[in-house]
Amino acid sequence: MAVAAVSKYEFAPADTQDKFHGAQLLYIGWEDHLLFCAPFCFPFPPTMRFGDVVAGPMQAAFGYHPDFARIDWSTVEWLKSGKPVVLDFDKSLADNGLKHKDVIRFRTPGLAGIKGSCS
Amino acid sequence: MDMQVAKKKLGLKERYAVMTRGLDWTPSYQKMEDIYPYMQYEGIKIHDWDKWEDPFRLTMDAYWKYQAEKERKLYAIIDAFNQNNGHLNVTDARYVNTVKLFISGISPLEYVAHRGFAHAGRAFPGPGPRVACLMQSLDEIRHAQTQVHSISNYNKYYNGMHDFHHMHDRVWFLSVPKSFFDDAITAGPFEFMVSIGFSFEYVLTNLLFVPFVSGAAYNGDMGTMTFGFSAQSDEARHMTLGLEVIKFILEQDPANVPIVQRWIDKWTWRGYRVLTLVAMMMDYMLPKRTMSWKEAWEVYFEENGGALFKDLARYGITMPKCAEQIALEKDHLSHQAWSTFYNYAAAANFHTWMPDEDEMAWLSSKYPESFDKHYRPRYEFWREQAAKGNRFYNKTLPMLCQTCQIPMLFTEPGDPTKICYREVDYKGDKYHFCSDHCKEIFEHEPEKYVQSWLPVHQIYQGNCFPEGTDPTVEGFDPLAAVLKYYNLEFGRDNLDFDISEDKKNFAEWRGQATKNA
Repeated sequence: MAVAAVSKYEFAPADTQDKFHGAQLLYIGWEDHLLFCAPFCFPFPPTMRFGDVVAGPMQAAFGYHPDFARIDWSTVEWLKSGKPVVLDFDKSLADNGLKHKDVIRFRTPGLAGIKGSCS
Repeated sequence: MDMQVAKKKLGLKERYAVMTRGLDWTPSYQKMEDIYPYMQYEGIKIHDWDKWEDPFRLTMDAYWKYQAEKERKLYAIIDAFNQNNGHLNVTDARYVNTVKLFISGISPLEYVAHRGFAHAGRAFPGPGPRVACLMQSLDEIRHAQTQVHSISNYNKYYNGMHDFHHMHDRVWFLSVPKSFFDDAITAGPFEFMVSIGFSFEYVLTNLLFVPFVSGAAYNGDMGTMTFGFSAQSDEARHMTLGLEVIKFILEQDPANVPIVQRWIDKWTWRGYRVLTLVAMMMDYMLPKRTMSWKEAWEVYFEENGGALFKDLARYGITMPKCAEQIALEKDHLSHQAWSTFYNYAAAANFHTWMPDEDEMAWLSSKYPESFDKHYRPRYEFWREQAAKGNRFYNKTLPMLCQTCQIPMLFTEPGDPTKICYREVDYKGDKYHFCSDHCKEIFEHEPEKYVQSWLPVHQIYQGNCFPEGTDPTVEGFDPLAAVLKYYNLEFGRDNLDFDISEDKKNFAEWRGQATKNA
């Protein structure tokens, strides 16, 4: 459907990649850990190594949770737009096929939040 | 002797006819569609504007007289409240955060409603709805003003309210109520009347004003309570107007029914999402609770709204389908919202805190299905950490819903352990949503919602720093710059209630009033 309007209705979208000074947005959510109320939004250069995302900004954002230090990264299951995906720590975001405003989630088997409450 | 002949006076009915409909005329040298250019494009068909029944036969002169009398009384009470340090009679200083939420989140909407009804009134060719819109437009600006005046006394003593209108246009969570109303006033006049006049003022208003006003009454806030009572007769008129609008449009042409139904579906959901703020206010921010959010929803929507939609069935209107999802969320909404504000306490203009033991027990009793299982463990952990000096302040920005602009905090309908993710690809870009309903609203008018001013994205684009800020300098602190842009002072307006100046001052001032120093 198109918007009902009295005349031509065309406006630029507010969040195209060119507006982020070389960065692209990546959303990251941790399944079963609702202590963090919502997934996070990060601006990263597409050339950033995925392993550096995990070790740097993700550690900073999720590290408050006692489960974060217990994660065995070799067993982590990744989802992109809700579907399983393999992400290579040594490749860049772009080479992992991650584009502007993609959403990824990670599931950490065996870790289900504070007292198993998914918090 | 001359006989004194009494001047002929008009009867009420005649007077009303002359002072409203009698003021209208048919243009002779301009085309109707040039004078009323917004009457066609929404697809609503009106055949006879004279079929409009005025719910209140009020004329402008009577309106002024009546409102002036009410306002004289209101200001007398506000004066008494201020002169007697009424702010020290509230239950405890946590209550003031409710007032902060109201002045920065709701009062600016009253002002926008004033503009919206003025615009809609100008757009209608029928004199009946035009006069009704004029009066509601005036009500709304009066409400904005009287709220500012009622609440300004708190601003002399407590933090976070000093620049509420500036904040309303900038602060991340205030984009939720702001964008809701911006969406409504940028729609056509008929959609505006259904969105605000009907869905908001009629269907949802009891869930907004009753909690704030009875919350004020329960917590000793005579100023806000009096404002609420003063506005009550206006609100009754608004509700009646909202219902009349719907019935009038539906009776005019059967082709209007599906359009109106879609608007009701959309705006019930949009309004409900804004009420997330009210839900957490009721369950967490009032030291003395009135009723739980869940109870309020059951009384004011499920019972009263249920009866309303039964009544509208004869026009072919059905209960909005989002009601099913809302029923599933009622055990979770307030807890998820409060968790979010607890997370982002460094970036808001009010304080948050963890409920104490008694309050946790109250929450358990009101939410036996959800509280102990899903939320108590989280709160106990946060409380333990805070006691160790490790209070959680989430400093990473959240992902937002493109439509309602709320952080993606809502869980899957029926599964409170999983965040609900929905997305759409549109013209080469991805858009994300908190729910099927927000996604459908986007899909119906993507051209509109791709323009959403999402605070998180705007911060990352560099648009939310004070002018002249250079984000590339070494040691740049984005949170500090954003708070400056919001005109919030770190450590005074934000963070946990326990360490707040509000808490300290209130204890000291009340102590002076009740103890011998």
